[in-house]
Amino acid sequence: MPAIVSVKDLNKTYKSGFEALRKVNLDIEEGEILALLGPNGAGKTTLISTICGIVMPSSGTVTVGGHDVVRDFRAARELIGLVPQELTLEAFETVINTVRFSRGLFGKPKDEAHIEKVLRQLSLWDKRDSKIMMLSGGMKRRVLIAKALSHEPRVLFLDEPTAGVDVELRKDMWQVVDDLRASGVTTILTTHYIEEAEAIADRIAVILKGDILLVERKDELMERMGKKQIRIELSHPIKEVPESIAQRGVQRSEDGSALIYSYDSRAERTGITALLNDLQAEGLQMTDLSTHQSNLEEIFVGLVKDNA
Amino acid sequence: MNTKAVAAIYKYEMTRFFRTLMQSFISPVISTSLYFVVFGAAIGSRIDSVEGVGYGAFIVPGLIMLSVMTQATSNASFGIYFPKFVGTIYEVLSAPVNFFEITVGYVGAAATKALFIGTVILMTSALFVDIRIEHPLAMILFLLLTCLSFALLGFIIGIWARNFEQLQLIPLLIITPLVFLGGSFYSVTMLPPVWQVITHFNPVLYLISGFRWSFFGVADVPVMMSLGAIALFTGLCVVAIWTIFRTGWRIRQ
Repeated sequence: MPAIVSVKDLNKTYKSGFEALRKVNLDIEEGEILALLGPNGAGKTTLISTICGIVMPSSGTVTVGGHDVVRDFRAARELIGLVPQELTLEAFETVINTVRFSRGLFGKPKDEAHIEKVLRQLSLWDKRDSKIMMLSGGMKRRVLIAKALSHEPRVLFLDEPTAGVDVELRKDMWQVVDDLRASGVTTILTTHYIEEAEAIADRIAVILKGDILLVERKDELMERMGKKQIRIELSHPIKEVPESIAQRGVQRSEDGSALIYSYDSRAERTGITALLNDLQAEGLQMTDLSTHQSNLEEIFVGLVKDNA
Repeated sequence: MNTKAVAAIYKYEMTRFFRTLMQSFISPVISTSLYFVVFGAAIGSRIDSVEGVGYGAFIVPGLIMLSVMTQATSNASFGIYFPKFVGTIYEVLSAPVNFFEITVGYVGAAATKALFIGTVILMTSALFVDIRIEHPLAMILFLLLTCLSFALLGFIIGIWARNFEQLQLIPLLIITPLVFLGGSFYSVTMLPPVWQVITHFNPVLYLISGFRWSFFGVADVPVMMSLGAIALFTGLCVVAIWTIFRTGWRIRQ
């Protein structure tokens, strides 16, 4: 798959001297949903803002659809829709007018049918003539998305789309992103919520202190997450794992007081029953059993801690 | 050139204006009427004429300039400051538009509003006094250039301002005094010699003088000098805006 957004050696140092991005490299594939995970101040918004042209890069290049975002900004920005983190809207404007404005601003010809389609998709059609100040926070968020979709972008950036949004609306939002994927739109979203990344992303990138620590397919990460460990405490420490048990990939703990077995909890056969039978056959007595699963949150927290 | 974007910005700004049309329309009518009551009837009745023009008519060009300059400045500064303040500027900055298109959209709308108000004042004035316009084309040119240049100035102020106080500061502390002291309500020749010299350093004098010349054929300074002054002022504003966008000053980080 070709990269629709390509970030190369991107640095951004603000005037205050704060290094928001350090040599960031990231390729975003066409049609994928990429979740950008990171704690506050990690550089998520700076990265998005630089791609979208709001922040000027200190060095490095960004291309969107092959167009440099600085030198060839028109062609690059035409492809991009941006939904900012803050609910920035003019209070006295009506929903439909502000969405029409966005379409015109991006140089697209008038197309009321498209505007209607977008508003209906986001359940805003009934509110089209309402003043924005009359809307709830979740509705305002939808208006921002409608504005970003009004000019038919190929790449959509969602900066914390579900921050402060109730569960039901969050699900709706995920549905919208899913529908967009079906129509071939590439989506990049930043989030604090790991479940969100799990629920909709194809790939997950973890950013911390301006560095991209990890970019991985979600299913590969999930596979790592799907691995569970069982720890069997023995009443008497052993020096060696008996042959029949070692065959199953069981390892001895360092002091020999326990056995550790890794398995895929989602597999049809985990091999646990057979292992327990073998333990009995070998005459090993156990005192305790515990299982452990590393989830995305743990991977994330671990990464963040290691690099803190 | 992204003409659709220019049109979108212009239209959006104009709807803001039309939303408050009554306000936009009534306030200049009332203030003009007040000026005529105070300066025209109360004071003007004791002044026969200034340079052969009845005092009531004499102040019309100055009145129009006063409103046009302040309205163009405040409309343009608010037009760009407001999106900065509420944050909606992100959209303009991430849109496929260059500085020229952004400026044309915002400044064009602000200048249009000022032009509208100037026209309203002219028509209101016509209810009070007889107005003759000797050089209508020059009058239109001066009016358009004033709307444009002060809208450009307001645009710069709106980008510069970090808060609402700063937004009001320059119009209040600089533009209003300069307009009042620039011969809006009197001819410079009526001043003592020292003040005549000082007044000639006031750029607004040249604009009001030229504008008044287009009405009555009388001027405090040669009309070409007036035209030169406003052209120079417009040019300076354009260069300033170009520099602002090139460097991203107070707009792009």
